[in-house]
Amino acid sequence: MEQIVFYILASMIVVFSVLTVTTRKILRGAVYLLTVLLATAGLFFLLNFNFLAAVQLTVYAGGIVVLIIFSIMLTSHVNEKLESTGNKKKFFSFIAVLAGALICISTILDYSFKEKSGIEIDTSMNKIGKDLLSYGDGGFVLPFEVISILLLAAMIGAIVLAKRETQN
Amino acid sequence: MENISIQHFLIVSTLMLFTGIYGFLTRKNLITMLMSAELILNSVNINFVAVNKFLYPENLQGQFFAMFVIGIAAVEVAVAIAIIISLYRKVRMIDVEKVNEMKY
Amino acid sequence: MEGYTFTVLIPLILFATFLLIGLAGGKLKPVFSGIAGVISLSVVSLISYITAYDYFFVNGKVDGVFGKIIVYDAEWLRFTDTLFIKMGILLDPISVMMLVVISTVSLMVHIYSLGYMHNEGGFSRYYSFLSLFTFAMMGLVISTNIFQTYIFWELVGVSSYLLIGFYYNRPSAVAAAKKAFIVTRFADLGFLIGILLLSSLTGTFDFVELTNVNGSAVSAGSSVLFMGLSSMTWALILVFIGCAGKSAMFPLHIWLPDAMEGPTPVSALIHAATMVVAGVYLVARLFPLYALSAPAALEMIAYIGAFTSMFAAIIACTQTDIKRVLAFSTISQIGIMMVGLGVSGYSGESGLGFTASMFHLFTHAMFKALLFLGAGAVIHAVHTNEISGMGGLRKYLPVTHITFLVACLAISGIPPFSGFFSKDEILVAVKEKDSFLFYFESVVSGLSAFYMFRLYFGIFWNRNTTYEHAPHEAGISMKIPLIILAILAAVTGFIPFSEFVTSDGIPFVSHIHWDIAIPATIVGLSGIIAAFIFYKKESNLSDKAAASLGGFYNTVHKKFYIDEIYIFVTKKIIFNMVSTPIAWFDRNVVDGTMNGVASVTNFVSEKIKRFQSGQLQQYAFVMVTGMIIILALIFYFLKN
Repeated sequence: MEQIVFYILASMIVVFSVLTVTTRKILRGAVYLLTVLLATAGLFFLLNFNFLAAVQLTVYAGGIVVLIIFSIMLTSHVNEKLESTGNKKKFFSFIAVLAGALICISTILDYSFKEKSGIEIDTSMNKIGKDLLSYGDGGFVLPFEVISILLLAAMIGAIVLAKRETQN
Repeated sequence: MENISIQHFLIVSTLMLFTGIYGFLTRKNLITMLMSAELILNSVNINFVAVNKFLYPENLQGQFFAMFVIGIAAVEVAVAIAIIISLYRKVRMIDVEKVNEMKY
Repeated sequence: MEGYTFTVLIPLILFATFLLIGLAGGKLKPVFSGIAGVISLSVVSLISYITAYDYFFVNGKVDGVFGKIIVYDAEWLRFTDTLFIKMGILLDPISVMMLVVISTVSLMVHIYSLGYMHNEGGFSRYYSFLSLFTFAMMGLVISTNIFQTYIFWELVGVSSYLLIGFYYNRPSAVAAAKKAFIVTRFADLGFLIGILLLSSLTGTFDFVELTNVNGSAVSAGSSVLFMGLSSMTWALILVFIGCAGKSAMFPLHIWLPDAMEGPTPVSALIHAATMVVAGVYLVARLFPLYALSAPAALEMIAYIGAFTSMFAAIIACTQTDIKRVLAFSTISQIGIMMVGLGVSGYSGESGLGFTASMFHLFTHAMFKALLFLGAGAVIHAVHTNEISGMGGLRKYLPVTHITFLVACLAISGIPPFSGFFSKDEILVAVKEKDSFLFYFESVVSGLSAFYMFRLYFGIFWNRNTTYEHAPHEAGISMKIPLIILAILAAVTGFIPFSEFVTSDGIPFVSHIHWDIAIPATIVGLSGIIAAFIFYKKESNLSDKAAASLGGFYNTVHKKFYIDEIYIFVTKKIIFNMVSTPIAWFDRNVVDGTMNGVASVTNFVSEKIKRFQSGQLQQYAFVMVTGMIIILALIFYFLKN
C-alpha cells in the first residue's frame, strides 16, 4: 500500500516538475508547482513527518504559491503565452542537466547507505516544540531566532522595495 | 515501508533538482525562474527528511533544517517578488534576457 | 674630556636660535629677532674663545703636540656593523681656529646687520638664516668624520642659497642663488664620490683614523688605478672637486661673483670669510692624506690655486662693481691659500705652507670681512654698487675710510698689518718648493695691491662727486664691527701662528724672512703706487691704458667669457646633445612602454568583456556546468 502511494506521489512530483518548467502558460505553471508541493507534502506524510508536512502545506502551498500567483496577476495576463526559448539554449541546458542527473543517480545507486531500521522516529508536536526552543544538546533556539530576524528583515525589505516611490 | 529505501527518495529529489535547474536555465520570465528555484529548494527538503528518517532516526535535525529551508524560501520569494514587481513598474516587462542594463 | 663639554653647546645654541627665530620670528617685533641672534652669537663666541683658550693654552698640548680631541661622538645612523655614521665634535688646532674665526666674523656680521638691514623686510627671516648658516658652518668645522662634514657641507650650501636669494623678488638674486646652488651641488657630486671611494679604500669615515700618520689609512689604495694615478689620489682629487666648488676655484668659480646679489653682510660672512674657505679647510683637514699618500693631488691643488689666484686678480682689476671686485679678490686670495697648502710638506718646518695657509685664512677672514662690511657701509651711504657713482667719500665717511684703508693695507701685504705676515709665510713656503710659483704669486700679490687701491682711491678720493643726499656715516651698530675688525686686521699678524697651528701638531718657531718680505712689500707698494697714479685724481689715464690694451681689456672685463662658455656648453651642447635624446627616449620609449601596457590591457579587456553579458542564465549555465564537472571529477576520478 505504502509502496503504491510512494510511486504515485513520486511520479506526480517528476511529471509536474517537468510540466512546471516547460509549460507555455504561466498560470498553469504555478498550478503545476502547487501540485508538486502538495505531492511533496504527501511524501512527508508518508514518512510520518506530520508537522513538517503541515508546514509545507501552509507555507508553501498556502503562502508562497499564492504570492507567486498574485505576482503573475500583477505582471501578466492570465492567458498570456510565454515566448519560447531558443532551441540551442534548451539543448545545452538539457545536456548539462542530463549529465548532472546521471552522475548523481548513478552515485546514489552505487553507494550503500547504512539504514537504521527498528528505531521509531518521534515526530510528536511535544518533541518538536521542546527541541526547537531548547538551548542544550540538539536544541535549535539559535537558528530559530536567527530565522525570525531574517523574516523580519525580509519583510521590511520587501515593503521598502515594493513601495511606490513617493512623488516629488 | 520495507520496500521503499532511501535511494527512492534521493532519486526523486535528484530528478526534481535537475528539473528545477533546467527550468532556471531556460525560462525567460523571471517569475517562472523563481518557481524553478522553489523546485530546487523543495528537492533539498526531501533529501533532508529522507536522510533523517532512514539514517539518523534518533533525532530531528533533518526536519528542523527542512523547516528552516521553508522559512528561507518564504523570505526569498517575498524579496524576489518585491524586486520583480518594482522592476516591472520601471521597465514594464520581466524578461530576464532583456534585463541586462548592468552588463559591461 | 672635561673642560670641553660646553663646546657641545655651540651648535645646539645656534640651532635653537634658528628654530626660535625661524618659527616665532614672524610674531615678534623684528628687532627682537636681531637682538636674539646677536645674544646667541655672543654666547657662542664666548664659548668658542673659552674653548680656544682651553685648547691652546691649558689642555690641548700633550707632550708638546696639539692632538685631536674628540669631545663628543654619538652614533647617529647604523647601516651595518662596519658602515655607520657618527655625529660628534672634534677639536684640533684648525677646528678651534675656525671656531674662533667663524664666531668672530659671524658676531660682527650679526651686529652690523642690525643697522644695515634695519629698513629691509624679512628681518626675522634674515636672522634665522644667519643662525642656520652659522650652525651649519660650526657643525662643518667640528665634524669628527667626513660624512658629517658632507651633511653640514650641504647644509651650508642650502643656507648660502637661502641668503643669496634673500631678495627673492629680484630676478637676478634668484638666478644667482640658483647658480650658486647648482654649481656647488655639481661639485659636491665629486665630493660624494670621493667620500665613497675614500671610505671604501680605508674602511672608515673617521678623521682621526683617516689622518693617523701611522695608521693604515695613509698607505691604503696606493696602487695605480687609472691614468697613472693611484686610487687614493683619485679619491682625494674628487674630494678636492667638492672643495673647489665651495671655494670657487677655477673653473667652478662662476657662482661667487653672482652671489654678491645677496645682502652685503651675507657676502661678508659667507662669501668672504667662512663658507668659501670651507674647501681650504677640508683640504687642511685631510692634509696628512694629501701630503703622504697623494702628493700628485697636492701638486694639482697648488697649480689650480695659483692659476685661479692670477686669473681672478686680473679680472678684479677691471670690474666696476665694488662687491664684484671684492668677490674676485676673495677668489684670488683663496687661490693663494690653496697654493700654500699645495706646496706644503708634512711635519716640521716643511709644513710651513700649511701653517701659512691657515694663517692667511685667519687674517683674510678678518680683513675681507672688514672690506665687505666697509663696502656695505659705502653702499648704504650712496645707494649704488658702481665705482663710477662714488668718489671723494673720505670727507663724508671718516670711520669707514680709515677702516677700509687698514683692510686694503692688510690685503696688500704692507707691514705691520696682518696680511703682510701671512702672505710672507706663504711666499716663503712657495719659494722653498717652486721658484716659478713664487714669482707668479708675487705678481698676484702686486696685482691684489693694485686692485684694492684702485677700489680705495675710486671710492674715497678721485673725483668730487656731488650727491643728491649728502652721504652720512652709518649708525653705531655698523661702526663698532668695522672698528673691531680693523683692529683685528691690523694686529692679528703678530700672532705666532706656527706655535699653534701646524700640519702635524708640533709647534715650531717661524721667523720673518726679510729677503722675501722686503721684495714682496716693494711689489705691494708698487701696486699701490700704480693705483695712486691712475686713480688718485680724476684722470683719463686708466681709460687710455684700457684702450691701449684693447681686446685683452674687454676679454678681462667680461671675465674671460667663462660665463658665456658655460652657457654655451650647457645650452648648446648639453641640452642639444644629451637632454634632447633623453627627452626623446623618455617620451617615446618610457612613455611608449607605459602606453603599450595600457593599450594591451585595453585591448584584452575589450575582448573579454563579452563574458559580462548581463545574461543571468548564461552565468547560471556556466556555474552549473562547472559544478557538474567538479561533481564528475569527485565521483569518478577522485574516488579514492
